[in-house]
Formats: sequence, C-alpha cells, structure tokens
Amino acid sequence: MRTTTKFFALTAAVALTASVAGVRQVIAQTRPVVKVDGSSTVFPITEAMAEQFQKEKKGQVQVTVGISGTGGGFKKFCNGETDISNASRPILKREMEACRSKNISYIELPVAFDALSVVVNPRNNWVKQLTVAELKTMWEPAAQGKIKTWNQVNPAWPNRPLKLFGAGTDSGTFDYFTEAIVGKAKSSRGDYTASEDDNVLVQGVATDVNALGYFGYAYYEANAKRLKAVPIVNAQGKAVLPSRKTVEDGSYNPLSRPIFIYVNSESLRRPEVREFVEFYQRQGSKLIPPTGYIPLPARAYAANLDNIRRRKTGTVFGGENKVGLTIDQLMKMERIN
Amino acid sequence: MAVQSTRGFAAYEAQRLRSKWMDRIMRVLTGAFAYFSIIVTVGITLILIYETYHFFNELAEQGISWTQIFTETEWTPLFEVPKFGVVVIVVGTLMTTIIAMVVALPIGLLSAIFLSEYAPPKLRAVLKPTLEILAGVPTVVYGFFALLVITPILQKMIPGGDAVVAGLNALSAGFVMGIMIIPLVASLSEDAIYAVPNLLREGSYALGATKFETIVNVVLPSALSGIISAFILAVSRAVGETMIVALAAGQSPILNFNPLDSVMTITAFIVQVSLGDTPTGTLPFFTIFFGGFLLFVMTLILNVLADWFVRRYRLMY
Repeated sequence: MRTTTKFFALTAAVALTASVAGVRQVIAQTRPVVKVDGSSTVFPITEAMAEQFQKEKKGQVQVTVGISGTGGGFKKFCNGETDISNASRPILKREMEACRSKNISYIELPVAFDALSVVVNPRNNWVKQLTVAELKTMWEPAAQGKIKTWNQVNPAWPNRPLKLFGAGTDSGTFDYFTEAIVGKAKSSRGDYTASEDDNVLVQGVATDVNALGYFGYAYYEANAKRLKAVPIVNAQGKAVLPSRKTVEDGSYNPLSRPIFIYVNSESLRRPEVREFVEFYQRQGSKLIPPTGYIPLPARAYAANLDNIRRRKTGTVFGGENKVGLTIDQLMKMERIN
Repeated sequence: MAVQSTRGFAAYEAQRLRSKWMDRIMRVLTGAFAYFSIIVTVGITLILIYETYHFFNELAEQGISWTQIFTETEWTPLFEVPKFGVVVIVVGTLMTTIIAMVVALPIGLLSAIFLSEYAPPKLRAVLKPTLEILAGVPTVVYGFFALLVITPILQKMIPGGDAVVAGLNALSAGFVMGIMIIPLVASLSEDAIYAVPNLLREGSYALGATKFETIVNVVLPSALSGIISAFILAVSRAVGETMIVALAAGQSPILNFNPLDSVMTITAFIVQVSLGDTPTGTLPFFTIFFGGFLLFVMTLILNVLADWFVRRYRLMY
C-alpha cells in the first residue's frame, strides 16, 4: 500500500516535471539558448558568468547551466547535446574517443585555478600541518577499517577518533584528490562520509572536533569562520595554506588544479555561443574572484580569445590528468608567454 | 390508455437497461483502478527481485563470495576495495528506527488515550487536526530541523559536547523522525480506542471500576489489535524514511552502535548512490536495488506481522 502511494506521488512528480520542461521548451524557442553542463566545481563560475551575460543581453539570450559532474557533462557534450562542458580536469582519452566518433571537435579553455582545501574543525589544536604522506596514510585503500584514530597517523597527535569527510565517487574533486594524494585516480578508502554535496561536508567538519575533510577552495572560503584550513607541505618542503597568492606563485601544491570549459566548435558558429564564450574570457579577472576561485593571469584569457578566433581545437593534455600543475606550468603547456 | 402504458413500460425498460450498463461500466472502471495498484505493487516487487538477482550474479562474476554480505563488517560498495557487510547499514537503519519508536510510541499512544478518553469534544476537535498538521510537514524540513536545531541542543545538553556528540548523529535524526511519526501513531490508535463501544466502558463503571482502571483493563485490551497495527505501521514508516536520515544522520558507513555518532541507513545509501551518475549495469548500480530489496523485505515482514496480530487479537463486538 505504501509503495503504491509512493509510486503515485512519483508518477505525479514526473508528469509535473515533464510538463514544466515542456513549457520551458516552448518559451525557450522564442530566444536563443546556450546549453552548458558538467562539473559542479566549475558551476559557480559559469553560473556567475551566465547571470551577468543574460543581464547585459537584457534577457534576449538564455544560458542554462547543469551539474552532472565532469564525466556526466562530457557524456552529453560528446553526444552533441550541449554547447559547452564544464570540467574540473582535462578531457580523458575515452571521452576524446567518444567525441571523435560523433565528429565533435572542441576548443579547450582553462578558465581558473582551484585549490583543493584540507580542513579541520577550528577547535582542533593538534594539527599544524599535513604532509602528502600523512594524507595518504589517512585516505589510501589500505587504511580502510584500520586507521581509526589521529595518533595512528602521527604519534604526536592525540588518541581521538579520526572522522573523515570527502567528495563522492562521481566528482572530479574525488578523482583529483585521490590521484594527487594516493597516486591513482579513484583509489580511496571507503569508510568515510562521502557526499556529492559540499555543504554536507562543511556541516560535518564544522560540527565535529575530530573531523577532517577536503573540498574545493570556494566552499572553504565561504565558510572560513566555521572551518580551519590545514597548511600542506609542498614538494619544496614548505607548509603552505591555500590562498589566491599561494596558488598564483605555485607554492600550494600538489592540491591546486586548473579548471576548464570545453566549447563545441560547431556551436561556436552561433553568435550567442560565441558572444557568451568571449564574454567569459573578458570578464574572468573580474567575475571569478568573488566566486572563491583564482583567476588566471590576463594574458591567459587573451590567449583563450585568440584560440577562439582561430578555432584551435583539441587538448594540450593528451587525454591525461596532470597532478600539481602550477599556473606557470599551465601557461607553458598552452605556449602563452 | 393501453398505448400510453406500453410506452411508459418501454421507457422504464430503457432506463433500466441504461442503469444496468452504467453499473457494469462503473464496475469495470473502479475495478481497473483497484487492480492498477496491485499491478504496480507486483511490478515493483518483480523488478526488485530481478535486479537483486543481478546483484548476486555480478558479485559472483567479480569473484566476491555472497557470504561476505553476512560476515563482513565494512560497507564500501563504491570504492576500490568493495566490501558488502550489510550489517553496517542494517544496524544504522535499526538504530534510527528504535530511537524514533522510543519517542513516537509512548507519546503517540498517550495522546491517543487523552484525545479519546479525557479530552472534552471541543478540545478534541481542535487537538486532533493540530496533531495531524505535524504529519503534513515535509520531511526535508524535519531533516534541517534535526541538523540545525536538535543537534546543537544535544551538543549543549550532553556532557562532553561535540567531542562526544558528532555533528551528524543517529540520535538527532531518530528523535526528529519520532516526532514526525507521532501523529501517525496517535491518529491510528485513537481511531482504535474510539471505536471501543461505550457498552464496555459502562459495564466496567457499573462494576465499580475507576476511569483509569477502565482504560487500562477494558479499553486498551479491546483496542489492542488496532494499537499494535498502528505501532507496526509506524515502524515500517521509520525504516523507510529517507530525507531526515540522509540529512542529519551522517551517511557514515562504519559499523557503530553509539547513537551519538554518525550512521548510514539503507535509504541514505540509496540516496548517496543515486545522487552521483552511477552507470547502469555495474555492481554499485545493482547494489541500490539490493538495498531496496532489503527494505522491502523488512517492511513486508512487519506488515505480515501486523496483519497476523490484527487477526489473532481482534475482538468481535
């Protein structure tokens, strides 16, 4: 009986959503639409751009931004369903293959940097810094069911339970963190609170003295009063806090990473798509800082504009993720001087 | 005259035929809708069984012994070292359910007794609908209530503060779930108590019993089957509740018997997997159906139990 009620509610909900979607489509047909989907990490930036762009166009153009994750976004993008794909890592080999099989070529545009932040509760007074090795001890698959207290990671720390909070398995953040810390993408212990919703993780760490978690810098910055970021010992042996400055000078490594948008080069023929993408590059330095991400140097956006004009397709990453990339190194890869 | 009466008879015949057809149409129509829900229930059950079969198939294909479902004490189906110790999420589910029942059953039953035995009719007319409003609050609101109101209060009240009480914990989620279920328990048991014929009460008074003695010795035993089935329905409501536990109980897949710590329930696991884009046909995908199957079996057992109880203890009057 209860299942039936639920089913009815579900059917009603589906019917309602479908009709609403239908109505929206009818409205949408009257004005041009730019379709964006992909990473939830990149979402705040693209959403800010879309809002401002629609305002300047006085509502003549509509920009829709979805969040189905970097992988999910590429699935739709390479199927020709979207014009732009948000990505918190470069396009991977199998995704390049999928795009090629549908004859979809794309322009890769790095738009900002993110600093993955490792955070603890503000009243945690024992962790002063963390090394990659210590993070690995906590997060590697071998730790599953074994590493349960803080002093197992470092004997100087108290014998308190270690409560871990981290990204869910479908996010680009999870892919990047595991690759940078454990050494292999998607390789992680499983007995922690995993959520695709970063607000859940913020709530968990902010209310638990014994907690440690990781997520994008934007969410740390927005909740800086309730959380404490931990300095990470970088490749040069220095403990560095995540910030705009340390990302720009490359000292916050290996947890800083570039984020991208990919534009379908066929869609770029449509004036509204081209205008939006160009707007994105021109406004980067201004609109990105309020979102909590780190904008690229002005010359990078100029180079992006040049690539859009020349329709330079393809990726400079060769279908692989690069860990610990600094802004300087990215500029070199993109051959921007 | 004769012609007229024939015509009258014909009209009467036509009318009768129409009514007959109307009757048949109504019968088929209402029947179709009644069967619809049965078909849906059967369909859902078959799909659950089918996908659960695939789950075990997939387990075998990946060389994972199905016995580990019962022997393992870790639950990490999405990760590199997949473990399927279902005891982790079953314990989580039972813990939040038991906490909810500790809150909902006594409060619900006592309110029901007050409403039907003590409250004057005017008060009852106000109280009962008010209580039922509680049932109309969306569960997502209850979830945030647990997370943002009850948990901080618990952290202040319980000695040790947040070193002892985790920010996401089973107690807070279970407590709020209990509040949500109160109207269900109260309303259903009140119906059962209210239905006890006054003859029984009057008989008890005539024998010199007080009101309290009448309630305890006559009214409650007479309404027992209804009350028990209300309880069991409440339990299956708690077992299947999703939003509150997903928001406030922590989604932490670690075997844990401490209600002040985070737990993951079966429903919270299903939510976690469905939020991401798990590819169809993979082991994690089938795992959510296995979770659904577990829930289904748990509520089915409870419903059968309720049914048996009602049959066994129903008093005929």
